[in-house]
Amino acid sequence: MDKFLQLTLTGLTSGAVYALVAVGFVLIYKSSDVINFAQGEFLLIGAYLAYFFMGQLGLHWSIGIIITIIVAAGLGVIIERLVLRPLIGEPIISVIMVTIGLSSLLKAMVGGIWGTNPQVFPAFIPKTEVHIFNAVVTADKLWAIGIALAFLLIFTLFFRYNKEGIAMRAVADDQQAALSMGISVQRIFALAWSIAAMTAAVAGVIVANVLEVSPNLSGVGLHVFPVVILGGLDSIPGALIGAAIIGLLEAYAGGYVGDGSLAQVISYVVLIIILMIRPYGLFGQEIIERV
Amino acid sequence: MLSLNNIEVIYDDVILVLKGMSMQVEEGQIVALLGANGAGKSTTLKAISGLLKPEDGEVTDGEIIFEDQPIHNREASSIVRMGVFQVMEGRRVFEHLTVEENLRAGAYIRKDRGNVGKDMALVYEYFPRLKERRNQTAGYLSGGEQQMLAIGRAMMARPKLMMLDEPSLGLAPLLVKEIFNIIQRINQERGVTILLVEQNARLALGIADYAFIMESGRIVLEGEPAVLADNPDVREFYLGLTEVGKRKSYREVKHYKRRKRWLS
Repeated sequence: MDKFLQLTLTGLTSGAVYALVAVGFVLIYKSSDVINFAQGEFLLIGAYLAYFFMGQLGLHWSIGIIITIIVAAGLGVIIERLVLRPLIGEPIISVIMVTIGLSSLLKAMVGGIWGTNPQVFPAFIPKTEVHIFNAVVTADKLWAIGIALAFLLIFTLFFRYNKEGIAMRAVADDQQAALSMGISVQRIFALAWSIAAMTAAVAGVIVANVLEVSPNLSGVGLHVFPVVILGGLDSIPGALIGAAIIGLLEAYAGGYVGDGSLAQVISYVVLIIILMIRPYGLFGQEIIERV
Repeated sequence: MLSLNNIEVIYDDVILVLKGMSMQVEEGQIVALLGANGAGKSTTLKAISGLLKPEDGEVTDGEIIFEDQPIHNREASSIVRMGVFQVMEGRRVFEHLTVEENLRAGAYIRKDRGNVGKDMALVYEYFPRLKERRNQTAGYLSGGEQQMLAIGRAMMARPKLMMLDEPSLGLAPLLVKEIFNIIQRINQERGVTILLVEQNARLALGIADYAFIMESGRIVLEGEPAVLADNPDVREFYLGLTEVGKRKSYREVKHYKRRKRWLS
Protein backbone atom coordinates (compact mmCIF):
# COMPACT_ATOMS: atom_id res chain seq x y z
CA MET A 1 0.00 0.00 0.00
CA ASP A 2 2.83 2.38 0.85
CA LYS A 3 4.51 1.55 -2.40
CA PHE A 4 1.28 2.17 -4.24
CA LEU A 5 0.89 5.62 -2.72
CA GLN A 6 4.50 6.36 -3.37
CA LEU A 7 4.22 5.41 -7.01
CA THR A 8 0.98 7.34 -7.36
CA LEU A 9 2.62 10.52 -6.17
CA THR A 10 5.61 9.98 -8.44
CA GLY A 11 3.26 9.35 -11.36
CA LEU A 12 1.25 12.45 -10.66
CA THR A 13 4.41 14.53 -10.52
CA SER A 14 5.54 13.47 -13.96
CA GLY A 15 1.91 13.78 -15.04
CA ALA A 16 1.94 17.41 -13.91
CA VAL A 17 4.98 18.12 -16.04
CA TYR A 18 3.48 16.30 -19.00
CA ALA A 19 0.27 18.27 -18.60
CA LEU A 20 2.09 21.59 -18.80
CA VAL A 21 3.94 20.58 -21.94
CA ALA A 22 0.78 19.06 -23.39
CA VAL A 23 -1.14 22.31 -22.93
CA GLY A 24 1.32 23.93 -25.33
CA PHE A 25 0.79 21.18 -27.86
CA VAL A 26 -2.94 21.51 -27.61
CA LEU A 27 -2.87 25.30 -27.91
CA ILE A 28 -0.83 25.29 -31.07
CA TYR A 29 -2.79 22.44 -32.54
CA LYS A 30 -6.12 24.02 -31.67
CA SER A 31 -5.37 27.36 -33.22
CA SER A 32 -3.37 26.32 -36.27
CA ASP A 33 -3.68 22.54 -36.76
CA VAL A 34 0.09 22.30 -36.43
CA ILE A 35 1.73 19.65 -34.28
CA ASN A 36 4.76 21.30 -32.74
CA PHE A 37 7.58 18.79 -32.52
CA ALA A 38 9.77 21.38 -30.83
CA GLN A 39 7.64 21.44 -27.69
CA GLY A 40 10.17 19.35 -25.75
CA GLU A 41 12.90 21.82 -26.72
CA PHE A 42 10.80 24.68 -25.37
CA LEU A 43 10.92 22.87 -22.05
CA LEU A 44 14.67 22.46 -22.39
CA ILE A 45 15.13 26.13 -23.08
CA GLY A 46 12.94 27.04 -20.12
CA ALA A 47 15.08 24.90 -17.84
CA TYR A 48 18.34 26.39 -19.13
CA LEU A 49 17.03 29.95 -18.99
CA ALA A 50 16.07 29.43 -15.36
CA TYR A 51 19.47 27.87 -14.72
CA PHE A 52 21.12 30.87 -16.37
CA PHE A 53 19.19 33.52 -14.46
CA MET A 54 19.16 31.77 -11.09
CA GLY A 55 22.28 29.62 -11.16
CA GLN A 56 24.72 31.64 -13.23
CA LEU A 57 23.52 35.19 -12.60
CA GLY A 58 22.40 34.39 -9.07
CA LEU A 59 19.07 36.19 -9.25
CA HIS A 60 16.46 35.53 -6.60
CA TRP A 61 14.25 32.62 -7.71
CA SER A 62 11.07 34.69 -7.97
CA ILE A 63 12.70 37.20 -10.31
CA GLY A 64 14.48 34.41 -12.16
CA ILE A 65 11.24 32.61 -12.89
CA ILE A 66 9.42 35.72 -14.03
CA ILE A 67 12.23 36.63 -16.42
CA THR A 68 12.37 33.04 -17.67
CA ILE A 69 8.66 33.10 -18.46
CA ILE A 70 8.90 36.46 -20.19
CA VAL A 71 11.89 35.43 -22.30
CA ALA A 72 10.21 32.15 -23.21
CA ALA A 73 7.05 33.98 -24.29
CA GLY A 74 9.17 36.32 -26.38
CA LEU A 75 10.93 33.36 -27.95
CA GLY A 76 7.57 31.87 -28.89
CA VAL A 77 6.56 35.10 -30.62
CA ILE A 78 9.88 35.36 -32.43
CA ILE A 79 9.67 31.79 -33.67
CA GLU A 80 6.12 32.36 -34.84
CA ARG A 81 7.11 35.50 -36.72
CA LEU A 82 10.37 34.32 -38.28
CA VAL A 83 9.70 30.67 -38.90
CA LEU A 84 5.97 30.11 -39.10
CA ARG A 85 4.42 33.28 -40.47
CA PRO A 86 6.14 32.91 -43.86
CA LEU A 87 4.51 29.49 -44.05
CA ILE A 88 0.91 30.68 -43.65
CA GLY A 89 -1.09 29.18 -46.46
CA GLU A 90 1.42 26.39 -47.07
CA PRO A 91 0.41 22.77 -46.46
CA ILE A 92 0.28 21.84 -42.77
CA ILE A 93 2.78 19.03 -43.33
CA SER A 94 5.45 21.55 -44.36
CA VAL A 95 4.87 23.48 -41.18
CA ILE A 96 5.14 20.30 -39.13
CA MET A 97 8.42 19.43 -40.84
CA VAL A 98 9.69 22.88 -40.00
CA THR A 99 8.95 22.28 -36.31
CA ILE A 100 11.05 19.11 -36.48
CA GLY A 101 13.92 21.16 -37.88
CA LEU A 102 13.29 23.75 -35.23
CA SER A 103 13.64 21.15 -32.49
CA SER A 104 17.11 20.16 -33.70
CA LEU A 105 18.11 23.77 -34.04
CA LEU A 106 16.96 24.73 -30.54
CA LYS A 107 18.62 21.70 -28.98
CA ALA A 108 21.89 22.45 -30.77
CA MET A 109 21.70 26.07 -29.65
CA VAL A 110 21.30 25.05 -26.03
CA GLY A 111 24.23 22.65 -26.40
CA GLY A 112 26.30 25.37 -28.01
CA ILE A 113 25.65 27.90 -25.29
CA TRP A 114 25.64 25.81 -22.14
CA GLY A 115 27.48 22.67 -23.19
CA THR A 116 26.11 19.14 -23.06
CA ASN A 117 27.10 18.19 -19.52
CA PRO A 118 24.39 18.06 -16.89
CA GLN A 119 24.41 21.04 -14.52
CA VAL A 120 23.17 21.25 -10.99
CA PHE A 121 20.06 23.37 -10.80
CA PRO A 122 19.87 25.78 -7.84
CA ALA A 123 16.81 24.09 -6.39
CA PHE A 124 14.55 26.78 -5.02
CA ILE A 125 11.66 24.58 -4.10
CA PRO A 126 12.76 22.83 -0.91
CA LYS A 127 13.17 19.09 -1.15
CA THR A 128 12.12 18.52 2.42
CA GLU A 129 10.39 15.24 2.98
CA VAL A 130 6.68 15.21 3.45
CA HIS A 131 4.87 12.26 4.93
CA ILE A 132 1.51 11.48 3.48
CA PHE A 133 0.07 8.52 5.34
CA ASN A 134 2.94 6.11 5.03
CA ALA A 135 4.46 7.40 1.84
CA VAL A 136 7.34 9.82 1.73
CA VAL A 137 7.68 12.41 -0.99
CA THR A 138 9.82 15.46 -1.38
CA ALA A 139 7.95 18.74 -1.26
CA ASP A 140 9.10 19.81 -4.72
CA LYS A 141 6.97 17.09 -6.26
CA LEU A 142 3.86 18.31 -4.48
CA TRP A 143 4.67 21.82 -5.64
CA ALA A 144 4.98 20.55 -9.18
CA ILE A 145 1.50 19.08 -9.04
CA GLY A 146 0.07 22.25 -7.50
CA ILE A 147 1.69 24.57 -10.03
CA ALA A 148 0.53 22.45 -12.96
CA LEU A 149 -3.04 22.37 -11.65
CA ALA A 150 -3.05 26.13 -11.13
CA PHE A 151 -1.86 26.78 -14.67
CA LEU A 152 -4.37 24.41 -16.17
CA LEU A 153 -7.20 26.02 -14.23
CA ILE A 154 -6.13 29.43 -15.50
CA PHE A 155 -6.12 28.21 -19.09
CA THR A 156 -9.47 26.54 -18.85
CA LEU A 157 -10.99 29.78 -17.58
CA PHE A 158 -9.10 31.76 -20.21
CA PHE A 159 -10.59 29.73 -23.05
CA ARG A 160 -14.08 29.92 -21.68
CA TYR A 161 -14.37 33.53 -20.63
CA ASN A 162 -11.57 35.64 -22.02
CA LYS A 163 -12.09 37.46 -25.29
CA GLU A 164 -8.74 36.33 -26.69
CA GLY A 165 -9.35 32.79 -25.50
CA ILE A 166 -12.67 32.63 -27.31
CA ALA A 167 -11.00 34.18 -30.36
CA MET A 168 -8.37 31.45 -30.28
CA ARG A 169 -11.04 28.78 -30.33
CA ALA A 170 -12.85 30.66 -33.10
CA VAL A 171 -9.69 30.67 -35.21
CA ALA A 172 -9.31 26.95 -34.59
CA ASP A 173 -12.86 26.39 -35.82
CA ASP A 174 -12.94 28.51 -38.96
CA GLN A 175 -10.07 30.79 -39.82
CA GLN A 176 -11.77 32.79 -42.51
CA ALA A 177 -14.89 33.35 -40.47
CA ALA A 178 -12.69 34.47 -37.58
CA LEU A 179 -10.99 36.89 -39.93
CA SER A 180 -14.39 38.29 -40.86
CA MET A 181 -14.99 39.10 -37.17
CA GLY A 182 -11.90 41.30 -37.25
CA ILE A 183 -9.83 38.73 -35.37
CA SER A 184 -6.23 38.91 -36.49
CA VAL A 185 -5.28 35.32 -37.15
CA GLN A 186 -1.57 36.14 -37.02
CA ARG A 187 -1.94 37.68 -33.61
CA ILE A 188 -3.74 34.56 -32.40
CA PHE A 189 -0.97 32.32 -33.73
CA ALA A 190 1.64 34.44 -32.01
CA LEU A 191 -0.36 34.23 -28.79
CA ALA A 192 -0.63 30.44 -29.08
CA TRP A 193 3.09 30.03 -29.61
CA SER A 194 4.03 32.32 -26.79
CA ILE A 195 1.70 30.60 -24.32
CA ALA A 196 3.03 27.22 -25.48
CA ALA A 197 6.60 28.35 -24.90
CA MET A 198 5.63 29.79 -21.52
CA THR A 199 3.96 26.67 -20.16
CA ALA A 200 6.78 24.50 -21.46
CA ALA A 201 9.26 26.78 -19.72
CA VAL A 202 7.39 26.42 -16.44
CA ALA A 203 7.45 22.66 -16.93
CA GLY A 204 11.18 22.92 -17.62
CA VAL A 205 11.78 24.77 -14.38
CA ILE A 206 9.85 22.14 -12.45
CA VAL A 207 11.70 19.23 -14.05
CA ALA A 208 15.03 20.92 -13.57
CA ASN A 209 14.21 21.47 -9.93
CA VAL A 210 13.28 17.81 -9.41
CA LEU A 211 16.15 16.39 -11.50
CA GLU A 212 18.96 18.42 -13.00
CA VAL A 213 19.58 20.56 -16.07
CA SER A 214 20.72 18.53 -19.03
CA PRO A 215 20.04 18.33 -22.75
CA ASN A 216 18.17 15.08 -22.13
CA LEU A 217 15.26 17.03 -20.67
CA SER A 218 13.87 17.59 -24.15
CA GLY A 219 13.01 13.89 -24.14
CA VAL A 220 9.97 14.82 -22.05
CA GLY A 221 8.51 16.11 -25.31
CA LEU A 222 8.43 12.58 -26.65
CA HIS A 223 6.53 11.31 -23.64
CA VAL A 224 3.95 13.98 -24.20
CA PHE A 225 2.88 12.66 -27.59
CA PRO A 226 1.03 9.71 -26.08
CA VAL A 227 -0.49 12.14 -23.58
CA VAL A 228 -2.02 14.44 -26.18
CA ILE A 229 -3.08 11.61 -28.44
CA LEU A 230 -4.76 9.91 -25.48
CA GLY A 231 -6.47 13.05 -24.23
CA GLY A 232 -7.32 14.38 -27.67
CA LEU A 233 -5.09 16.82 -29.49
CA ASP A 234 -7.56 19.66 -29.14
CA SER A 235 -8.73 19.30 -25.56
CA ILE A 236 -7.20 21.01 -22.55
CA PRO A 237 -9.04 18.85 -19.99
CA GLY A 238 -8.00 15.91 -22.15
CA ALA A 239 -4.38 16.96 -21.85
CA LEU A 240 -4.73 17.06 -18.07
CA ILE A 241 -6.35 13.66 -17.74
CA GLY A 242 -4.16 12.09 -20.41
CA ALA A 243 -1.09 13.39 -18.59
CA ALA A 244 -2.25 11.93 -15.27
CA ILE A 245 -3.00 8.57 -16.86
CA ILE A 246 0.32 8.32 -18.69
CA GLY A 247 2.28 9.56 -15.67
CA LEU A 248 0.64 7.00 -13.39
CA LEU A 249 0.98 4.17 -15.91
CA GLU A 250 4.69 4.85 -16.23
CA ALA A 251 5.14 4.94 -12.48
CA TYR A 252 3.20 1.72 -11.86
CA ALA A 253 4.85 -0.09 -14.74
CA GLY A 254 8.23 0.98 -13.44
CA GLY A 255 7.46 -0.02 -9.87
CA TYR A 256 5.53 -3.26 -10.24
CA VAL A 257 6.61 -4.91 -13.46
CA GLY A 258 10.02 -6.51 -13.84
CA ASP A 259 13.07 -4.32 -13.78
CA GLY A 260 11.27 -1.14 -14.72
CA SER A 261 12.08 -1.13 -18.41
CA LEU A 262 8.40 -1.41 -19.25
CA ALA A 263 8.00 2.15 -17.96
CA GLN A 264 9.95 3.36 -20.97
CA VAL A 265 7.56 1.93 -23.51
CA ILE A 266 4.20 1.64 -21.78
CA SER A 267 3.05 5.05 -22.96
CA TYR A 268 3.70 4.18 -26.59
CA VAL A 269 1.77 0.95 -26.22
CA VAL A 270 -1.14 3.05 -24.98
CA LEU A 271 -0.62 5.41 -27.91
CA ILE A 272 -1.03 2.60 -30.42
CA ILE A 273 -4.12 1.20 -28.72
CA ILE A 274 -5.72 4.62 -28.59
CA LEU A 275 -5.02 5.27 -32.24
CA MET A 276 -6.72 2.01 -33.07
CA ILE A 277 -9.92 2.46 -31.11
CA ARG A 278 -10.39 6.21 -30.64
CA PRO A 279 -8.16 8.19 -32.98
CA TYR A 280 -9.44 11.58 -31.85
CA GLY A 281 -8.57 10.75 -28.24
CA LEU A 282 -10.70 10.52 -25.12
CA PHE A 283 -11.87 14.12 -25.24
CA GLY A 284 -10.98 15.23 -28.72
CA GLN A 285 -13.51 16.99 -30.89
CA GLU A 286 -15.39 14.80 -33.22
CA ILE A 287 -16.15 16.49 -36.49
CA ILE A 288 -19.66 17.88 -36.35
CA GLU A 289 -21.51 16.92 -39.44
CA ARG A 290 -24.95 18.24 -40.14
CA VAL A 291 -26.97 16.27 -42.60
CA MET B 1 -21.06 55.77 -47.75
CA LEU B 2 -19.43 53.06 -49.80
CA SER B 3 -18.37 53.27 -53.39
CA LEU B 4 -16.54 50.88 -55.65
CA ASN B 5 -14.91 52.55 -58.61
CA ASN B 6 -13.96 50.41 -61.52
CA ILE B 7 -12.39 47.66 -59.45
CA GLU B 8 -10.68 44.66 -60.89
CA VAL B 9 -10.07 41.48 -58.89
CA ILE B 10 -7.71 38.74 -59.94
CA TYR B 11 -7.41 35.34 -58.27
CA ASP B 12 -4.11 33.47 -58.30
CA ASP B 13 -2.62 36.16 -60.53
CA VAL B 14 -4.50 34.83 -63.55
CA ILE B 15 -8.24 34.58 -63.14
CA LEU B 16 -9.96 37.88 -63.71
CA VAL B 17 -13.20 37.82 -61.75
CA LEU B 18 -14.27 41.45 -61.45
CA LYS B 19 -13.78 43.50 -64.57
CA GLY B 20 -14.37 47.12 -63.87
CA MET B 21 -17.03 46.78 -61.22
CA SER B 22 -18.60 50.00 -59.92
CA MET B 23 -21.39 50.49 -57.42
CA GLN B 24 -22.46 52.77 -54.60
CA VAL B 25 -24.20 52.19 -51.32
CA GLU B 26 -25.96 55.14 -49.68
CA GLU B 27 -26.12 55.37 -45.93
CA GLY B 28 -29.24 53.96 -44.32
CA GLN B 29 -30.39 52.02 -47.34
CA ILE B 30 -30.84 48.38 -48.10
CA VAL B 31 -29.00 47.77 -51.34
CA ALA B 32 -29.39 44.49 -53.19
CA LEU B 33 -26.75 43.00 -55.43
CA LEU B 34 -28.23 40.37 -57.70
CA GLY B 35 -26.77 38.07 -60.28
CA ALA B 36 -26.40 34.51 -61.44
CA ASN B 37 -23.90 31.98 -60.16
CA GLY B 38 -20.34 33.00 -60.80
CA ALA B 39 -21.19 36.60 -61.62
CA GLY B 40 -18.79 37.79 -58.93
CA LYS B 41 -21.17 38.83 -56.16
CA SER B 42 -19.34 37.09 -53.34
CA THR B 43 -16.02 38.26 -54.71
CA THR B 44 -17.32 41.82 -54.62
CA LEU B 45 -18.21 41.46 -50.93
CA LYS B 46 -14.86 39.88 -50.10
CA ALA B 47 -13.06 42.64 -51.96
CA ILE B 48 -14.85 45.17 -49.75
CA SER B 49 -14.29 43.32 -46.47
CA GLY B 50 -10.66 42.42 -47.17
CA LEU B 51 -11.26 38.68 -47.12
CA LEU B 52 -9.78 38.11 -50.57
CA LYS B 53 -6.23 37.66 -49.37
CA PRO B 54 -6.60 34.24 -47.74
CA GLU B 55 -8.06 33.05 -51.05
CA ASP B 56 -5.19 34.46 -53.07
CA GLY B 57 -7.39 37.16 -54.56
CA GLU B 58 -6.27 40.71 -55.05
CA VAL B 59 -7.78 44.06 -56.02
CA THR B 60 -5.49 45.01 -58.89
CA ASP B 61 -7.20 48.12 -60.17
CA GLY B 62 -9.75 50.71 -59.12
CA GLU B 63 -10.60 51.82 -55.61
CA ILE B 64 -12.99 51.04 -52.81
CA ILE B 65 -13.94 54.03 -50.70
CA PHE B 66 -15.72 53.71 -47.37
CA GLU B 67 -16.63 56.94 -45.61
CA ASP B 68 -14.09 58.89 -47.68
CA GLN B 69 -11.25 56.49 -46.95
CA PRO B 70 -9.76 54.01 -49.40
CA ILE B 71 -10.00 50.51 -47.94
CA HIS B 72 -8.94 48.23 -50.79
CA ASN B 73 -5.45 47.73 -49.40
CA ARG B 74 -6.39 47.34 -45.77
CA GLU B 75 -6.32 44.25 -43.60
CA ALA B 76 -9.65 42.60 -42.89
CA SER B 77 -9.34 43.32 -39.17
CA SER B 78 -8.95 47.06 -39.72
CA ILE B 79 -11.89 47.14 -42.14
CA VAL B 80 -14.09 45.44 -39.55
CA ARG B 81 -12.97 48.05 -37.04
CA MET B 82 -14.10 50.78 -39.46
CA GLY B 83 -17.59 49.33 -39.30
CA VAL B 84 -17.90 47.05 -42.31
CA PHE B 85 -18.97 43.54 -41.38
CA GLN B 86 -19.52 40.67 -43.76
CA VAL B 87 -21.85 37.80 -42.92
CA MET B 88 -20.29 35.11 -45.03
CA GLU B 89 -22.11 32.75 -47.32
CA GLY B 90 -23.06 29.44 -45.76
CA ARG B 91 -23.45 30.89 -42.24
CA ARG B 92 -19.97 29.86 -41.04
CA VAL B 93 -20.80 29.82 -37.33
CA PHE B 94 -18.05 28.55 -35.04
CA GLU B 95 -19.36 25.04 -34.67
CA HIS B 96 -17.61 24.00 -31.50
CA LEU B 97 -18.42 27.20 -29.64
CA THR B 98 -21.70 27.77 -27.88
CA VAL B 99 -24.22 30.29 -29.18
CA GLU B 100 -23.15 32.79 -26.55
CA GLU B 101 -19.45 32.32 -27.31
CA ASN B 102 -20.18 32.87 -30.99
CA LEU B 103 -21.78 36.18 -30.10
CA ARG B 104 -18.81 37.12 -27.95
CA ALA B 105 -16.49 36.32 -30.85
CA GLY B 106 -18.57 38.72 -32.93
CA ALA B 107 -17.92 41.43 -30.36
CA TYR B 108 -14.15 40.86 -30.59
CA ILE B 109 -13.35 44.32 -31.97
CA ARG B 110 -15.54 46.19 -29.51
CA LYS B 111 -13.72 48.60 -27.26
CA ASP B 112 -16.70 49.39 -25.05
CA ARG B 113 -16.74 46.02 -23.32
CA GLY B 114 -19.34 47.27 -20.88
CA ASN B 115 -22.02 47.47 -23.55
CA VAL B 116 -21.46 44.01 -24.94
CA GLY B 117 -23.87 42.43 -22.49
CA LYS B 118 -26.54 44.94 -23.45
CA ASP B 119 -26.06 44.17 -27.12
CA MET B 120 -26.29 40.49 -26.44
CA ALA B 121 -29.66 41.07 -24.81
CA LEU B 122 -30.67 43.01 -27.91
CA VAL B 123 -29.66 40.15 -30.21
CA TYR B 124 -31.71 37.78 -28.05
CA GLU B 125 -34.64 40.16 -28.40
CA TYR B 126 -34.38 39.97 -32.19
CA PHE B 127 -33.83 36.22 -32.13
CA PRO B 128 -35.62 34.74 -29.11
CA ARG B 129 -34.76 31.29 -30.37
CA LEU B 130 -31.07 31.96 -29.87
CA LYS B 131 -31.74 32.84 -26.26
CA GLU B 132 -33.32 29.45 -25.66
CA ARG B 133 -30.23 27.83 -27.09
CA ARG B 134 -27.59 30.15 -25.71
CA ASN B 135 -25.53 27.39 -24.10
CA GLN B 136 -25.81 24.91 -26.92
CA THR B 137 -23.00 24.07 -29.29
CA ALA B 138 -23.58 26.06 -32.45
CA GLY B 139 -22.74 23.14 -34.74
CA TYR B 140 -25.90 21.38 -33.63
CA LEU B 141 -28.30 24.22 -34.36
CA SER B 142 -30.65 23.99 -37.32
CA GLY B 143 -29.78 25.82 -40.51
CA GLY B 144 -32.19 28.65 -39.78
CA GLU B 145 -30.89 29.09 -36.26
CA GLN B 146 -27.34 29.16 -37.56
CA GLN B 147 -28.25 31.90 -40.00
CA MET B 148 -29.84 33.84 -37.14
CA LEU B 149 -26.68 33.34 -35.14
CA ALA B 150 -24.54 34.54 -38.04
CA ILE B 151 -26.61 37.73 -38.27
CA GLY B 152 -26.70 38.16 -34.50
CA ARG B 153 -22.95 37.74 -34.37
CA ALA B 154 -22.63 40.52 -36.93
CA MET B 155 -24.87 42.78 -34.82
CA MET B 156 -22.49 42.31 -31.89
CA ALA B 157 -19.79 44.18 -33.81
CA ARG B 158 -22.16 47.17 -34.16
CA PRO B 159 -21.28 47.66 -37.82
CA LYS B 160 -22.29 50.68 -39.87
CA LEU B 161 -22.51 48.56 -42.97
CA MET B 162 -23.59 44.94 -42.78
CA MET B 163 -23.00 42.84 -45.87
CA LEU B 164 -25.04 39.66 -46.12
CA ASP B 165 -24.05 36.96 -48.56
CA GLU B 166 -27.06 34.85 -49.50
CA PRO B 167 -28.81 34.69 -46.16
CA SER B 168 -31.62 32.64 -47.75
CA LEU B 169 -29.32 29.85 -48.86
CA GLY B 170 -30.74 26.44 -48.07
CA LEU B 171 -33.51 27.66 -45.78
CA ALA B 172 -37.23 26.89 -45.80
CA PRO B 173 -39.36 29.69 -47.32
CA LEU B 174 -41.02 30.55 -44.02
CA LEU B 175 -37.67 30.96 -42.31
CA VAL B 176 -36.36 33.03 -45.17
CA LYS B 177 -39.29 35.37 -44.70
CA GLU B 178 -38.58 35.65 -40.99
CA ILE B 179 -34.91 36.38 -41.60
CA PHE B 180 -35.65 38.99 -44.24
CA ASN B 181 -38.05 40.68 -41.84
CA ILE B 182 -35.32 40.87 -39.27
CA ILE B 183 -32.84 42.25 -41.79
CA GLN B 184 -35.36 44.98 -42.52
CA ARG B 185 -35.79 45.66 -38.82
CA ILE B 186 -32.05 45.88 -38.25
CA ASN B 187 -31.92 48.42 -41.04
CA GLN B 188 -34.79 50.52 -39.77
CA GLU B 189 -34.44 50.22 -36.00
CA ARG B 190 -30.66 50.07 -35.67
CA GLY B 191 -29.84 52.31 -38.61
CA VAL B 192 -27.48 49.75 -40.11
CA THR B 193 -26.88 50.10 -43.83
CA ILE B 194 -27.32 46.75 -45.57
CA LEU B 195 -25.70 45.38 -48.68
CA LEU B 196 -27.54 42.22 -49.58
CA VAL B 197 -26.29 39.64 -52.07
CA GLU B 198 -29.00 37.29 -53.20
CA GLN B 199 -29.91 34.80 -55.85
CA ASN B 200 -33.51 35.04 -54.80
CA ALA B 201 -34.21 38.23 -56.73
CA ARG B 202 -37.89 38.52 -55.86
CA LEU B 203 -37.21 38.51 -52.12
CA ALA B 204 -34.29 40.88 -52.36
CA LEU B 205 -36.13 43.37 -54.56
CA GLY B 206 -38.97 43.18 -52.05
CA ILE B 207 -36.98 44.80 -49.25
CA ALA B 208 -34.31 46.76 -51.12
CA ASP B 209 -34.22 50.53 -51.64
CA TYR B 210 -31.92 50.20 -54.60
CA ALA B 211 -30.54 47.28 -56.58
CA PHE B 212 -27.67 46.38 -58.84
CA ILE B 213 -27.56 43.47 -61.24
CA MET B 214 -24.25 41.85 -61.98
CA GLU B 215 -23.16 39.69 -64.82
CA SER B 216 -19.72 38.26 -65.47
CA GLY B 217 -17.81 40.62 -63.25
CA ARG B 218 -19.53 43.93 -63.74
CA ILE B 219 -22.79 45.77 -63.14
CA VAL B 220 -25.15 45.59 -66.10
CA LEU B 221 -28.27 47.17 -64.65
CA GLU B 222 -29.16 49.27 -61.66
CA GLY B 223 -32.12 51.16 -60.34
CA GLU B 224 -35.03 51.28 -57.95
CA PRO B 225 -36.47 47.82 -57.36
CA ALA B 226 -39.81 48.80 -58.87
CA VAL B 227 -38.16 49.97 -62.07
CA LEU B 228 -35.96 46.90 -62.31
CA ALA B 229 -38.91 44.62 -61.68
CA ASP B 230 -40.54 46.08 -64.78
CA ASN B 231 -37.53 45.52 -66.96
CA PRO B 232 -38.40 42.69 -69.37
CA ASP B 233 -35.01 41.02 -69.08
CA VAL B 234 -35.09 41.11 -65.31
CA ARG B 235 -38.65 39.81 -65.31
CA GLU B 236 -37.73 36.93 -67.49
CA PHE B 237 -34.32 35.88 -66.26
CA TYR B 238 -34.32 36.88 -62.61
CA LEU B 239 -37.95 36.75 -61.62
CA GLY B 240 -38.90 33.89 -63.91
CA LEU B 241 -41.93 35.71 -65.32
CA THR B 242 -42.71 35.05 -68.93
CA GLU B 243 -45.44 36.57 -70.95
CA VAL B 244 -48.50 34.45 -70.54
CA GLY B 245 -49.28 32.00 -73.30
CA LYS B 246 -46.04 32.47 -75.11
CA ARG B 247 -43.85 29.44 -75.44
CA LYS B 248 -40.20 29.83 -74.75
CA SER B 249 -37.68 28.38 -77.05
CA TYR B 250 -34.02 27.77 -76.51
CA ARG B 251 -33.30 30.16 -79.36
CA GLU B 252 -34.57 33.06 -77.34
CA VAL B 253 -32.38 32.16 -74.41
CA LYS B 254 -29.43 32.13 -76.74
CA HIS B 255 -30.57 35.46 -78.03
CA TYR B 256 -30.52 36.79 -74.47
CA LYS B 257 -27.03 35.46 -73.94
CA ARG B 258 -25.96 37.44 -76.98
CA ARG B 259 -27.78 40.48 -75.64
CA LYS B 260 -26.10 39.99 -72.30
CA ARG B 261 -22.74 40.15 -73.93
CA TRP B 262 -23.90 43.27 -75.74
CA LEU B 263 -25.04 44.89 -72.52
CA SER B 264 -21.82 44.18 -70.78
